[in-house]
Amino acid sequence: MKSLLAALAVTTALTLPGIAQARTVTFTTQLNNYGGNGAYLAFYVTDASGVYQGSLWMAGGKTKYYKHLSDWAQATGNDAGQVAGITGASVGSGRSLSVSLDLADALFDAGYQLHIDAAVEDMRDSPSEIVLPLTAAGAGIDKAGKRYIASFRYDM
Amino acid sequence: MLRSLHKIPGLLAAVFLIVLTLSGAALSVLPAYDRVTMPAVQDSLSVGVLAERIVAQFPNVEQISRAPSGLITAYYYEGDRPAAVVIDAATGEAVMPYEQAALSRWLTNLHRAFLLEDSGRIAAAVLAGVMLVMSVSGILLVLRRVGGWRNWFARLRGPFVGRLHVGIARWSVPALLLSAVTALFMFANTFEFLPQDAASPVLPDTVSQQIGFPVVAMPLLTETPVSALRDLTFPYADDATDVFTLQTDTGEGYIDQGTGATLAWAEDGPWQRLFEFVYMLHTGQGLWWLVLALGVAALGGSVLAVTGTLQWARAYWSQPRLRGNVRAGQAETILLVGSEGGTTWGFAATLHQALTQAGQAVHCAGMNRFDPAAYRSAKRVIVLAATYGEGTAPAAATGFIGKLQASQVLSAPMAVLGFGDRQFPAFCGFAVDVSAAAKAKGWAELIPMDTVDRQSPQDFARWGRALGDAMGVQLELSHQPSPPHSHALVLVSRRDYGADMQVPTAILRFAVPKSSGFGKRFPRFRAGDLLGIVPEGSTLPRLYSLASGSKDGFIEICVRLHPGGLCSGRLMALQVGDHMQGFVRENPDFRPAKGAKPVILIGAGTGIGPLAGFARANQPGRAMHLYFGARNPTSDLLYGEEMQTWQAEGRLSSVTTAFSRTAARAYVQDALRGDTARLVQLLQDGAQVLVCGGREMAAGVKTALAEILAPHGLTPAMLKAEGRYAEDVY
Repeated sequence: MKSLLAALAVTTALTLPGIAQARTVTFTTQLNNYGGNGAYLAFYVTDASGVYQGSLWMAGGKTKYYKHLSDWAQATGNDAGQVAGITGASVGSGRSLSVSLDLADALFDAGYQLHIDAAVEDMRDSPSEIVLPLTAAGAGIDKAGKRYIASFRYDM
Repeated sequence: MLRSLHKIPGLLAAVFLIVLTLSGAALSVLPAYDRVTMPAVQDSLSVGVLAERIVAQFPNVEQISRAPSGLITAYYYEGDRPAAVVIDAATGEAVMPYEQAALSRWLTNLHRAFLLEDSGRIAAAVLAGVMLVMSVSGILLVLRRVGGWRNWFARLRGPFVGRLHVGIARWSVPALLLSAVTALFMFANTFEFLPQDAASPVLPDTVSQQIGFPVVAMPLLTETPVSALRDLTFPYADDATDVFTLQTDTGEGYIDQGTGATLAWAEDGPWQRLFEFVYMLHTGQGLWWLVLALGVAALGGSVLAVTGTLQWARAYWSQPRLRGNVRAGQAETILLVGSEGGTTWGFAATLHQALTQAGQAVHCAGMNRFDPAAYRSAKRVIVLAATYGEGTAPAAATGFIGKLQASQVLSAPMAVLGFGDRQFPAFCGFAVDVSAAAKAKGWAELIPMDTVDRQSPQDFARWGRALGDAMGVQLELSHQPSPPHSHALVLVSRRDYGADMQVPTAILRFAVPKSSGFGKRFPRFRAGDLLGIVPEGSTLPRLYSLASGSKDGFIEICVRLHPGGLCSGRLMALQVGDHMQGFVRENPDFRPAKGAKPVILIGAGTGIGPLAGFARANQPGRAMHLYFGARNPTSDLLYGEEMQTWQAEGRLSSVTTAFSRTAARAYVQDALRGDTARLVQLLQDGAQVLVCGGREMAAGVKTALAEILAPHGLTPAMLKAEGRYAEDVY
């Protein structure tokens, strides 16, 4: 367990290049034209049984709204410290977000799942809008979300 | 200082403030619109029953929301397109699509962030700060102008744009202050400068994983009335781990979709409740009348931005460009200017130019730059001083009297000319103070203090001749503040009076010039406004009070021939069909106030003109009493025939005349003294007094009224302060 946490720590250290067991992964998230204000998106990883392991990215800067990313908030105890340094702007309706991350090799094909929670002001919260296993074979394949996310894929 | 604090941020922010206030006003209409269009909701209805009715109509409903206005909307998806409908709570059926959502969101984003993200919110917050500064400085300026809180709603005088600005400001400033402060609070909350409540309901780790428990039987929903509902969010249809989320006006909780049990509930913390309160104050949510009041004030804010900018532009463009201004140390004549709106500078420029042409070395500067130690060559000091509001110094002269008292007296004598508006109780009050302070300090007087009423070029020219005499130079000051556009007026009729009394007087009636398609249209006018006549060979117009309004369809004035008078001579020589150049100047302070309060008209000689116009335009039934002085009933009783007609029609309640060249030898003030009981009664009923005529008559009338009112604790000055005593004197 300890080594896994260490591996995730690597994933969140975006500014550390050239780590041997890491690879650059690009997340591309295309939002639906849901006709609302910018969406907050939380990207985080759980193990196969759904236990939270760590956060990868947070789109949306105001921590007071994080509680609307309700699965993430539930898993982390709504701890903004989990996304310190890996936070960007919220994503507008119909817009797309592209984020490149250095993820540890150990995260792939090991039963870990990527979750994306979404929330939009004055619209329903959409926790775990996308849940998909992190596998090398799954790279480059689009997956649709439940509500706000038209498609998501990761490329390595 | 205060003015700059009000003016500079205001000018910089005017356009953005207009966007903010207009979008705010537009947003304010929406809750009232909701209220008018929404279906009625039974107070006792529970959220459970409401949800059941809606689910029956919309099985795939995702969220039910209640706006503070009471409007209930249901959100659901048709395919992957979001849809929203307004719900009739009695049936759960859709009444109409909820189309406002997009408009209201767009307006909200425009209002709080100029359609941008955080940078826009910061800009909007800065503007809220600007609005706060302007509201506070504006309040202080209004207080300075009207002379204290007691006069906050006193009648305003002065140019139209300025009156409009202050008139709107004093009504809308409480709402604008409220809006600015609450906006800043909401900004601080959004940007997390304020503490947040920690408490949020915590979901248990496990749920029943069952689905299908009927909403109508869920205890939390059954005990929550619709009036407390904010949002009820349904679980995703295919997700057995999801839950119902209920948000009310007091807290938030979760419900198991398989058992109906309440999984968690948390009351709102104190900061959330405070935020809700501030949010309510800013948006007026739930109080549609407050929203509309804020909206009207916001609209007023837009007008303030426009009128404020106009005032500044007018002052800026009227700033003269002085040519050949001599340095203070070399000048023989020191010209000091204390201007409020900038118009006095125009007069100063004319004087500067005339003196320079007469061979004088003149130094011209603002009054606050007064520095007698530097005036080494000065032979005289001339002070042109405007007055701000009720007798205080204009911003550019606030330090003058202090400097005067603290500095050395020069041997050079001083001349003070006050600029003001006779309609104000403290006419040229600041100039009077300056003159008194100089005298007390020991300054010699070059010529006695004089005044210029409402930028009168005539007053200025008269004073210029006196100044020229004292200096031993010929001074012809011709200053026309804004050269008016004049029209050719054709005389259509004249009635002559007074020839046998050696006071030839006439009622002259001109046709209203027709619009020729091109050129400026002749403006609308009312009785009591002024007709400027420009005699040929002169640049100075003479002003006559109008005895008619546009509605009468003609332009009428009363003229008395003055021996040697250029203008009256020309006018009296006019034959029907002849024409003169003329223009109209508004005189809003001299006309009957709106409403039904009684009006007392007092005049003598040609002063009857505007009073006759008021009577002619009066609604039959409104009490209007005329006191009129003339020489002899057979000779110069102007409008004698009409007075009877107007009385018969109910336009005039009474006419009391006084004749000075009959056996009675009575003046109009004697007529007033003879009618004390009625005058007191009328004035106690709130009557307004309008006096028109020569200066001496007006002074006599004021004295007589002061005597009549004294036993009743009233004075003409008190009436004037309430806007119930106005004079038009010449």
